[in-house]
Amino acid sequence: MSIEVRHVTKSFGTFVALSDVSLTVPGGELVALLGPSGGGKTSLLRIIAGLEAPDAGSILFYGEDATGRDAKERGVGFVFQHYALFRRMTVFENVAFGLRVKARAERPGEEEIRRRVTALLTLVGVDWLHDRRPAELSGGQRQRVALARALAVEPKLLLLDEPFGSLDAKVRLELRRWLRRLHDEIRLTSVFVTHDQEEAFEVADRVVLLNAGRIEQIGTPRELIEEPASDFVRDFVRPGAQL
Amino acid sequence: MTARRRAARLPGFGLSLGVTLTALSLVVLVPLFALALSALRLDAATLRRTAADPRVLAAVRLSLTTAFAGAAGASLVGGLLAWVLVRYRFPLRRLVDALVDLPFALPTAIAGIALTTLWAPTGWLGRPLAALGVNVAFTPLGIALALVFLGLPFAVRTLQPVLESLDPEVEDAAASLGAGRRDVFLRVLLPELVPAWLTGFTLAFARGLGEYGSVVFISGNLPMRTEVAPLLVMTKLEQYDYAGATALAALLLVLSFVLLFAASRLQARSAEAGA
Amino acid sequence: MTALRPARTEPPWVRRLLVGAALAAVAVLLVLPLALVFAEALKDGVPAYLAALAEPEALAALKLTALVVAVVLPVNVVAGVAAGWALGKFDFPGKSLVVSLIDVPFAVSPVVAGMLFVLLFGRTGFLRGAVEALGLTVLFAPPAIVLATLFITFPFVARELIPTMQSLGTEEEEAAHVLGAGFLQILRRVALPNALWGLLYGLLLSTARAAGEFGAVSVVSGHIRGQTNTLPLHVEILYNEYRFSAAFAVASLLTGLALLTIVLKSVLEARERRGRSLP
Repeated sequence: MSIEVRHVTKSFGTFVALSDVSLTVPGGELVALLGPSGGGKTSLLRIIAGLEAPDAGSILFYGEDATGRDAKERGVGFVFQHYALFRRMTVFENVAFGLRVKARAERPGEEEIRRRVTALLTLVGVDWLHDRRPAELSGGQRQRVALARALAVEPKLLLLDEPFGSLDAKVRLELRRWLRRLHDEIRLTSVFVTHDQEEAFEVADRVVLLNAGRIEQIGTPRELIEEPASDFVRDFVRPGAQL
Repeated sequence: MTARRRAARLPGFGLSLGVTLTALSLVVLVPLFALALSALRLDAATLRRTAADPRVLAAVRLSLTTAFAGAAGASLVGGLLAWVLVRYRFPLRRLVDALVDLPFALPTAIAGIALTTLWAPTGWLGRPLAALGVNVAFTPLGIALALVFLGLPFAVRTLQPVLESLDPEVEDAAASLGAGRRDVFLRVLLPELVPAWLTGFTLAFARGLGEYGSVVFISGNLPMRTEVAPLLVMTKLEQYDYAGATALAALLLVLSFVLLFAASRLQARSAEAGA
Repeated sequence: MTALRPARTEPPWVRRLLVGAALAAVAVLLVLPLALVFAEALKDGVPAYLAALAEPEALAALKLTALVVAVVLPVNVVAGVAAGWALGKFDFPGKSLVVSLIDVPFAVSPVVAGMLFVLLFGRTGFLRGAVEALGLTVLFAPPAIVLATLFITFPFVARELIPTMQSLGTEEEEAAHVLGAGFLQILRRVALPNALWGLLYGLLLSTARAAGEFGAVSVVSGHIRGQTNTLPLHVEILYNEYRFSAAFAVASLLTGLALLTIVLKSVLEARERRGRSLP
């Protein structure tokens, strides 16, 4: 599914998070929202998800205006920075949640739910943890469960908010490569937020560099390195970065 | 990053706020409005009569003094309890901590009869005191004691969190600068605790002003001597002196609101100080 | 809790003195009255204790108290959960005003609270006409008792749930919402289970206070034996008739409820403390 962000502005009190931001994400692409803290990346992600409403501007999915649509109706999968797993449910119940709350007419039977959840848990590599509680899992495991949970409802768009931010370096490296491979396999339009330039460049097809609520540049990692659109871009992107 | 944002688009806000406000209005605001309306309808003559009635004056004075004494007593004992509970380890500590809430959870009538039986001249504690010539039950002292019982949880529970959040390093610093233990307490700790202490005092005071059940048994309800204001309101209602009851009730209500407002201000200040 | 370091603590004799004084105060102020209730209740032996509880007026009082609790509790739960959600998960202008208003019944003397309903439904009451037109009796009958109790216990569940819901944050609820859950589903499956202990404590406290309310109910009840007396009022009657052990026998029921409440609070706090220290 393609996403279009048109002239989105958002303030929290006197703090301007986003100022006239516009961008397009073609279907099937993996895009990184990169930038320093407070730059507006998470705000933009949440607005796309429907968790916040923009003060001005619109969001379009497949060319249709989705700005007024409730988060529930957007068909979006969201992976939170701190996983937001349901602490009182097992891993299995967490992943099955989205399927179980569907309206009766659309809800699959228990057998079907079991099949799908197990398949997803296997896909992300945590099927052996299916009856554990989130508190018993490591950070990396929780992240994978959060991802499986988001994928369970077959979203048309996957949004990830600093998915590897709380993990230690080795796990971070491992997981981001795994995410890239997963994306290559399922080809789901995905947008993820990060402040780690190396991570963005390694994983994403294209990078959107945001600073203080404005877009500095949009392009492939190579374009950002070789043709920076401003001093900020040039300074932010470390020279000699690996591609 | 700016202050924490609340989810702007979680569902159910309108419904839940609507239910809350409707319930609030029906259960709380409408009845209070009835009092406000009745009070405003009182004519000046009634107000003057009530204000000049020696029995009313005695009752208000007694309420204020016993509530003050009760709150003071509760604050002293409560302060000691809070300190000991937070800073020391001793056997039965968790039991004591739980018991502090007893006056809050126990029905006031039961507290009333238990305390009266305890402190009456024939009671477990009343008898030795009577032998010494001290009468507790059926005197203002008894009322104050009941209010100490009642105010204890307020005093302890407002102090505890503040004590728990004190930075031990500040005390260490003072000690390293040569301050003796007493100095550390008086100069370093006490100033930080005073706002919370006052908050607890004010809450206990407000509660004590309006208390009925714990007090009605132990006071003996002798007009001009051990009749507190809520008891007098009750008596006036029983005698169908609605106007007098309304006037006195309105006064009590205003006093309580003022006190509670003061308490919330104090609480805000102590929260700021601790931040 | 960090270990006590010698540099910043009192000499042992001071500590022991303070602890001793504290324990003595607790014993005199809290333990003795508690012990007295049960001692007096059982003074005439167990058969007399049970007989006091089985008296028809005692049973009628128990029934009325149970009825009041049964009506008041669901209202408090619904209002409390609504308040917990609206005020715990959202920010909006006027929020602190609403929070203060919810606390108002705490500021009101029980006698004054009862009087409010006399002013509404009494002889010259504002709603007297409407009530008569509907053929209902409110004052000096169970409905007034229910209303007065509702007023007094209104804040309890809300006051527990609002800070609990607030401290739990909104992330899990947001996750549930994006996954497709509607408001009631989020409440039932995510928000309330997470706030369970706070909810339970608020419920128990609300129940204990609803069963034990004395002052407000005393004003509106009419004290008609066997009909409009709740358990606390019945205790008062027994006490005023000098039937002390019977009075304390009935009182022991409510005291037991109070003890249950403070035990649960202790458990709740222990769990919370443990939960906070988990990774």
